[in-house]
Amino acid sequence: MMPHAQKAAIFNKDEARTDWHDASLWMVRKKRDFAVSEIPEWEFLREFASDIKMHTLSKLDDYLESFEKAAIQNGAIVHWAADAKEHNDIVLSILNKHQAKKMVKSKSMLTEECHLNEFLEHHNIEVIDSDLGERIIQMLNEPPSHIVLPAIHLKKEEIGELFHRELHTEKGATDPQYLTEAARHHLREKFHTAQVALTGVNFGIAETGEIVVCTNEGNADMGVHLTPVQIHSMGIEKLIPRRSDLAVFTRLLARSATGQPVTVFTSHHRNPKPAGEMHIILVDNGRTEQLGKPDFRSSLKCIRCGACMNTCPIYRRSGGHSYETTIPGPIGSILTPGIDLKKHGQLPFASTLCGSCTDVCPVKIDIHTQLYKWRQIVSEAGLPEGGNKTMMSIMGSGLASPSFFHRLGNIGRKLLRLFPGKERFLSFTVWTKDRDLPKAPVESFREWYVKQTKDGQ
Amino acid sequence: MKVGLFIPCYMDQFYPQAAIATYKLLVKLGCDVAYPEGQTCCGQPLANAGNEAASRGSYLHFVTMFEKYDYIVAPSGSCVYHVRHHFDTLEQTEAVKKVRAKTLDLTEFLLDVLQISSLPAKYPHKVGLHQSCHGLRGLHLGTSSELVNKPLASKLHELLSMVEGLTLVELDRKDECCGFGGTFSVKEPDISVKMGKDRIRDHFSKGAEVITAGDMSCLMHLEGIISRQNIPIKVIHIAEILNTYEI
Ligand code: SF4
Repeated sequence: MMPHAQKAAIFNKDEARTDWHDASLWMVRKKRDFAVSEIPEWEFLREFASDIKMHTLSKLDDYLESFEKAAIQNGAIVHWAADAKEHNDIVLSILNKHQAKKMVKSKSMLTEECHLNEFLEHHNIEVIDSDLGERIIQMLNEPPSHIVLPAIHLKKEEIGELFHRELHTEKGATDPQYLTEAARHHLREKFHTAQVALTGVNFGIAETGEIVVCTNEGNADMGVHLTPVQIHSMGIEKLIPRRSDLAVFTRLLARSATGQPVTVFTSHHRNPKPAGEMHIILVDNGRTEQLGKPDFRSSLKCIRCGACMNTCPIYRRSGGHSYETTIPGPIGSILTPGIDLKKHGQLPFASTLCGSCTDVCPVKIDIHTQLYKWRQIVSEAGLPEGGNKTMMSIMGSGLASPSFFHRLGNIGRKLLRLFPGKERFLSFTVWTKDRDLPKAPVESFREWYVKQTKDGQ
Repeated sequence: MKVGLFIPCYMDQFYPQAAIATYKLLVKLGCDVAYPEGQTCCGQPLANAGNEAASRGSYLHFVTMFEKYDYIVAPSGSCVYHVRHHFDTLEQTEAVKKVRAKTLDLTEFLLDVLQISSLPAKYPHKVGLHQSCHGLRGLHLGTSSELVNKPLASKLHELLSMVEGLTLVELDRKDECCGFGGTFSVKEPDISVKMGKDRIRDHFSKGAEVITAGDMSCLMHLEGIISRQNIPIKVIHIAEILNTYEI
């Protein structure tokens, strides 16, 4: 796997494009700021939402049981999947049971996490991602670069080009309205012929056993309404206790995500259609393990709004693909090291710890503190990102010893004075590739202070 | 009131003028200031790089050096944040608790402890204020732009408003990170530099002659880029602006 820094360096080669990417996401952040400024009780809502989620997580087993019980009473079929493989097998078994060869899918980062598409295609099942952004990247055979705006890394010219190739739109057409219309027609046909629809889940309500999907395009609903069999894949952390709790989250979610007061559709699915089947798959895939880590438990509060990505100055300048994870950006960097420390252990270092993610997060996850904590674990595990341990412990003792420390500092400064402009010679190459080193002054503060206090005496 | 002055290592060596300004300002404001000469480092650079365990020695040394003071003042929100928040891994003895509670950034010390409401400082320049993240979002020296329901004021704004002749420029992005981030600046040099360039452009395009901040590390990073690209803008620590007066 290529290091994040290297991917970011490649992304930054085209500076104009980096600026465009940064500005597009900053615009979303500004829309969010505006929407949020209309809500005087915003900070209270964040606190409230965080409390509800922490409470739910603290009794997750109980709430999962009540959810299952209520869902079964509603006529749904509930499945439990310990990991991605089990999840995918369950989906396949449902498809096989109905001899389905075509499935429409909408709004599911969880199926991305499980790599469901590849798995089903391998079993000769056609999967059609039905939301526009998801469809675009599916056509390109790329993963999403953002959890809410999966194709945000693409310019409309590139989408025009793709649609010309795939959907035979006019060459050079870039009008979003025209392109969206073309995609609609293309998808309409798919909707009519699919036998099964799968959606993600934004919230599962323990009290009623229903699931809630928040969308703007309505494709999740269209899929569910047009096909006899519906599947809802849901991470176990998506639960909230009561339906009345939902209001807190719907107020936070869309405002944080896109700056809308609410998503266009907030759909509650509770019962199967007459003669239809409704499946709910509850997926763990590493979540209980994260729940068992007190320092990182609260990362499971995440409602996947994407605000931490939009605000992250690194994400905006490196793009979602640079993280090589399903969930990129700050939240991905605290979720994924728990899944595979070796592979994702570098991500907690792809941050300045500026804390903007923590302040923007609608459920108050202390993301930057968790990044810091993951760094400690990465280095404890002896991974290269954490630096050479022996070296670090020597440095550590040096920093605790005044005489060593002062000699080191003075030598450094004097070398810089002796060789001004020859910083490369001093192996500061990374710093000095695009930055100069500070000009070394004649005397340090300490030297000044000692003189000063002696003179004064 | 006995004040122990903590000067971050790189400031001691490379930016003594900012440290001198801090010292002189505190003395002029009537504090009994001492700079314990045995001081080393707060341990932040190692800890942020993931080596908290190796920093323990310097944490303990910090506590020993400073426990006898009423207040420990540093012209660096970042180091102060580290002492206040990350010394929680030490055993919480009376000394550790005291040092953690009494270590303050210069700006909060001036406003919250000394409670100054005016300064005779003069600085007739157009200035851009860089809000260093650890001070802003870590120590809450101001309200970050993410917390939109509160006024966007900060302690640094309040202090700069006391300075005669100083005009603050309006930035497009009031508190975006400069990209320094300690270990980040060398682990991810390309984004680090890009972030710095973007910050400088924001200040420069609004007519700032000078960028100021409460943290010299951000300014060191920005200055490195400014110098390499020959941009006609300077950096200066806020203490140097506040200290522009004699008594
Ligand atoms: S961590 Fe917070 S800000 Fe980021 S996606 Fe999750 S809920 Fe949104």
